Amino acid sequence: MDRLLFLFATGLARGAIFALFALSLVLIWRAARIVNFAQGAMALVATYAAFAVTGVTGSYWAGLAAGLVAGAAIGLGVERGLMRFTPHSSPLSGVIVAIGLVMVLQSLLGILFGAQYRPMRAPFDDSPIMVGGVPLLSPYDLFVLGVALAVMAVLALLFTRTSLGLQLRASAFAPEVSRVLGVRVGRMVTIGWMLSAAVAALAAMLLVPTELGLNPHATDMLFVYAFAVAVVGGLDSPVGALLGGLVVGLAMTLVTGYLGATVAPIGVLVLLVGVLLVRPGGIFSLREARSA
Amino acid sequence: MSAATRALRGALEIRDLTVGYGGAPVLHSVGFTLAPGEVVALLGANGAGKTTLLRTLAGLVTAASGALLLDGHDLGALRTEDRARRGVALVPDGQSVVAELTVDENLRLGALWRHRGAARERAIAEVYAMFEPLARRRASAGHQLSGGERQMLALGRALIAEPVLLALDEPSLGLAPLVVAQLMGTLRDAAASRGLTVLLAEQNVTSALSIADRGVVLDLGRVVADAPATILAADETLRHAYLGF
Repeated sequence: MDRLLFLFATGLARGAIFALFALSLVLIWRAARIVNFAQGAMALVATYAAFAVTGVTGSYWAGLAAGLVAGAAIGLGVERGLMRFTPHSSPLSGVIVAIGLVMVLQSLLGILFGAQYRPMRAPFDDSPIMVGGVPLLSPYDLFVLGVALAVMAVLALLFTRTSLGLQLRASAFAPEVSRVLGVRVGRMVTIGWMLSAAVAALAAMLLVPTELGLNPHATDMLFVYAFAVAVVGGLDSPVGALLGGLVVGLAMTLVTGYLGATVAPIGVLVLLVGVLLVRPGGIFSLREARSA
Repeated sequence: MSAATRALRGALEIRDLTVGYGGAPVLHSVGFTLAPGEVVALLGANGAGKTTLLRTLAGLVTAASGALLLDGHDLGALRTEDRARRGVALVPDGQSVVAELTVDENLRLGALWRHRGAARERAIAEVYAMFEPLARRRASAGHQLSGGERQMLALGRALIAEPVLLALDEPSLGLAPLVVAQLMGTLRDAAASRGLTVLLAEQNVTSALSIADRGVVLDLGRVVADAPATILAADETLRHAYLGF
């Protein structure tokens, strides 16, 4: 029972990271109708930037801020410099360009920084707090949960309560009508990419300190799990990403805890296939998703 | 701005416009003008090129040759969103209400670039005053509205940006005759009170001519008639040949 509680709590923290990253995939899908397979690699570049800034300044927070800015800048660059020129006639072209970008970014990181693992330190203790003799959450897990919840709340407010959010949603749902109404849809797509890439960078920066360390493949599994989460939740549904992330995080941690780490990826993939068989649009897709 | 001064704006000249989607042209050297404050019905059968003309006007389709001049300014180089900000409002056919947004959000979207702060709320309140059924449904999502409510919302959303030129693509499509009559009445009143120039593409010839000053008839992408509405309505040969009644 103690073990279950512990796994449950750490699973939530891990799930929050998946949820954040899945949310970033949902953001980009809604803004640009692209499943961005380069999201992990882009977030990784931002994490390297954070790592470098922390190394120079000695401050975790300066690194975190730099990583967020770098993430947004990478989103801007990829949309303006690459994706804008990708033909939209087939969804496949965006996917293929994104996969190409993954290879380029990961190779560049490998050339520049080498393939070794560089340990990234967490800003807080990551040994669990004991509650009544039972190990529960580490301070770092609490930090991760808090940041994830705060970011989600801010995004929810941005999208539902502000004019910018209204334009972002309208541009995603009905680009042509939005343009006719004077909305600068091109700018909204760019902002969508920047937001999404910054959120993905944040998720990566939160994850890496809990893993072996920073290396050119540090976000590969994060992308795979978050992609599963996004698809399970429905690519159009931010709520789906949130709940899906928590469920997958919990499931993974429980499976790892009771059955072993090697079984966890299989569990996630079984979940993915199962959901796609029963509900191809994702659990939280209420109606036919718009395809364009 | 009073209606009198605004009535001097909104002159549209369509000059020698040829438009094609890669293959054969859909519009062949189409040319006619709209005087400020004039309501012109754009008539013709399915496939005559009405929708293409309106989409070209809004900048959603690029013309192969020819020009569109709004109050003497060439619209050709402007993108769709900039044409909207110049005062060209298009009400596209069918489902132009954003189904995922509420009535209020749809209106707000139309008002965003034009009005700020309190002026925006005032402009939205004006639309609700003009279309009372919408006021009762402000929190409903677009997909929950009836066909008539959707057209009201699309029209209100276009008017809220205070355009000088309003182009409508088949607003009567799929609506009951009574609803069509109401909509046409509202459109006529709005155009008259605001000095708005209106280009109304319609297959519902009787309704369109009942509120129009003039009618332009397109057939296979060419202008085949351009005359005052009363004369068009009385011209039996023309009606039989191009308008099908």
